[in-house]
Amino acid sequence: MTEIIQTIGEPVVGILILVGAILSAISSFGIIRLPDVYLRAHAATKSATLAVLFVLVGAFLYFLWFAEYTSARLLLGIVFVFITAPVAGHLLGRAAYRRGVPLWKKSILDELKEAHLSEEHAEMAEAAGEARAAMVEQKLKEQMKLRRRSGSNG
Amino acid sequence: MLEGMLTAAAIILSLSILTCMYRVIKGPSMPDRIIALDTIGINMIALVAVLCVHMKTQAFLELILVVGILAFLGTIAFAKYIEKGVVLEHDRDHPDDR
Repeated sequence: MTEIIQTIGEPVVGILILVGAILSAISSFGIIRLPDVYLRAHAATKSATLAVLFVLVGAFLYFLWFAEYTSARLLLGIVFVFITAPVAGHLLGRAAYRRGVPLWKKSILDELKEAHLSEEHAEMAEAAGEARAAMVEQKLKEQMKLRRRSGSNG
Repeated sequence: MLEGMLTAAAIILSLSILTCMYRVIKGPSMPDRIIALDTIGINMIALVAVLCVHMKTQAFLELILVVGILAFLGTIAFAKYIEKGVVLEHDRDHPDDR
């Protein structure tokens, strides 16, 4: 078993790390070439995460096979990157859309637009309703005051 | 053979960090720059792992966790800043000025 690992271990680790590096190069190529923020976020989050996972798995296998060392830090790093990179990409896409960064000219579908507009509309309606309720309440109070004053007078 | 593959991987990762720097400098909008910075952080993690394997040491493995956490926190803070103009919001004190 150890002989087999000694024989094929190095090529396996090298190929994993090399594939990760090539995927990373592809993702940065996408970051340069794609036309708007949202497409660039697609390139930056998916393939870059896959690339770093490949490299970290390669390093983990290297230390497991050749140093007899199960690295908990590498495992934690793998899990952490796997969880957080998509979250960061999602938050950035959301922030970009809310700030009104324009889509690519040739984009044909913007499903978020209607939801976003209706959300804003609902917020405005709610604010208007609150303002009207406050006004009515104030008027009622004034009427009560007037009535009380007239009652005390009469 | 492993040495050559590791060197090639390190060179490719460095080049991809360089190409991300182009987007950081030129990017037309702020989220472009932040996305490129996030990708630079992730590529740095991969570069540290390659360096560890190359030098046959486990000394730099903490660096992977630290860089990962710092890149994630920085990206979150920037995203909130871009979206709302503040990093920490005080919804509890002023529910109206969100």
